[in-house]
Amino acid sequence: MIAFIIQRVFQGAAVVLAMSLIVFVGVYAIGDPVEILINPDADQQTREAVRQSLGLDKPLWMQYLFFVKSALHGDLGTSFVFNIPAIQLILQRLPATLELALTATALAILLGIPLGLVSGLNDKRWYSRMIMAGSILGFSLPTFWVGLILILVFGVWLGWLPVYGRGDTVRFLGVEWSIFTLDGLRHIILPAFNLALFKIALFIRLTRAGVMEVVNQDYIRFANAMGIKKARLLWRHILKNIMIPIVTVIGIEFGSVVAFAVVTESIFNWPGMGKLIIESINHLDRPVIVAYLMVIVVMFVIINLLVDLLYAGLDPRVRLGSSNR
Amino acid sequence: MSDLGLNSGASPKFTGPMRVLGDRSERLRNFLLEYAHSPIAVAGGGILVLLLLIAIFAPWIAPQNPYDLASLSILDSRLPPGSESYNGYTHWLGTDGVGRDLLSAIMYGLRISLSVGVLSSLFALMIGMFVGLFAAYTGGRTENIIMRIVDLQMSFPAILIALILLAILGRGAEKTMIALIAVQWAYYARTVRASALVEREREYIEAARGQRLGHFRIVSRHLLPNCFAPLLVVLTVQVAHAITLEATLSFLGIGLPETQPSLGLLIANGYQYLLSGSYWISIFPGVALLITILSINLVGDRLRELLNPGMRR
Repeated sequence: MIAFIIQRVFQGAAVVLAMSLIVFVGVYAIGDPVEILINPDADQQTREAVRQSLGLDKPLWMQYLFFVKSALHGDLGTSFVFNIPAIQLILQRLPATLELALTATALAILLGIPLGLVSGLNDKRWYSRMIMAGSILGFSLPTFWVGLILILVFGVWLGWLPVYGRGDTVRFLGVEWSIFTLDGLRHIILPAFNLALFKIALFIRLTRAGVMEVVNQDYIRFANAMGIKKARLLWRHILKNIMIPIVTVIGIEFGSVVAFAVVTESIFNWPGMGKLIIESINHLDRPVIVAYLMVIVVMFVIINLLVDLLYAGLDPRVRLGSSNR
Repeated sequence: MSDLGLNSGASPKFTGPMRVLGDRSERLRNFLLEYAHSPIAVAGGGILVLLLLIAIFAPWIAPQNPYDLASLSILDSRLPPGSESYNGYTHWLGTDGVGRDLLSAIMYGLRISLSVGVLSSLFALMIGMFVGLFAAYTGGRTENIIMRIVDLQMSFPAILIALILLAILGRGAEKTMIALIAVQWAYYARTVRASALVEREREYIEAARGQRLGHFRIVSRHLLPNCFAPLLVVLTVQVAHAITLEATLSFLGIGLPETQPSLGLLIANGYQYLLSGSYWISIFPGVALLITILSINLVGDRLRELLNPGMRR
């Protein structure tokens, strides 16, 4: 198990290093931020001065070494646009994104798994067909398009919910939260539902498939024949057996929720790091782009690592398989 | 169904060319008949064909050339659906912020969205197919390394990879295509490798090897045709994914340039008018996008039912 963890940590570090090289070379080899930052009428001398102050006059490999050295000290450059450290900018926006992603994941679990259970247990009923049809729609509808419809219906036509920003926030554990204020909660409903929709559809399908596979097994039939209470049968025998794949998928999908937050944040003007990256791409704010990509890659590597460990912890067969290799 | 197995299992060398041809058209007919058992899949297929025709012939059937600046008038901007322009023409789906007929803009947008989606998927199919077959046929360490890379890439969500690439490359049509191809190839590689792993152990490959046929010939003439059905299923699903992803990226303003307004860009352009109540500028291109994706998915689902041997047994 320890060898497995060490192997995975090294693998993760290699991925981060490779990504840093690709991202750095890619981002710094194209475009010229000086063109955007300074007045087009500025003379050559001013340009050179700005170029030097940003360190853009040095050869690329030198810039990269310098970048890695500072990155290890937690310094990923200074935003050209905001003129504050890029990493600080990202970390300021991170709580908003995490809050949105966690709320969306919670929504997906709370709606998806019960709906999947219902449709898996009574798979011929009309409401099960409705649930399945709904999940097909959930898979097919593009996130940004659902967001627009939500804004149009609940924001413009009905006027029930706000569609812009985070609303009131409250300070808790050193960061601002929306979910702990009433106004913030009203603001998070639509974006979180928008972000959750695809995952709801996914969890419905997963749970349903798991239930339908399990209910036909002998031990369920015997448990039924023994007259075990329905609730106990459901919790102890059915749910417990289908939870392994579902827990794993929840872990994997959390990363994808964070990635898709880019879309939802842009639509609902949620001030998270996804909205920031889109703005930074449009402004060619390279330190922020690099910092965002590095933060998200590190985050992904950690999530994947945790999911692997969780899976190995839940299912002994995985552990055996990896030590055989 | 079983004739597929017979054809690959028994020695195909001794069937004459005529026989094979007859077999094929018969198989195609059986396949179409079986496909037609699902009315909803037939409807999806019909709509898809219609959309393809609209996309191909858009310049000839669209009521207006939406990018001919001379025919636009700012007086016609943001007309609601069904209203008449000042020169007496009826805009059935209304007009956008600069007075373009939305129906025409959607037809042109569909053309761009579909061609970007289909082209990038085909390129990705070719790359993924080559890599997957190569991995499966070579085996050993090469296969291990290739599949590690495939797994690694698939552990990142598609939108993130596209975002990274476009952040690096910048906005543009070819760049969006590159991002879409990079996102998709791994799916094809994995699919083709999975079926090639099974096929490469079969007797007919052994027979071909025993006859000392060249590697290229074995892979292209014997291995590939028997791995093709699952690829076709993945292709339809991926075309829908590619169209969705392109629309999303273009909506965010990092995909296609303004000069190539796909459905995603049309929706983005209408977004600014949404809050003021001019819903149609965003909603109608969105409906067109939705119908496209749904019809492709319906066809893909049916193809998977018919072609996936795992589901039939």
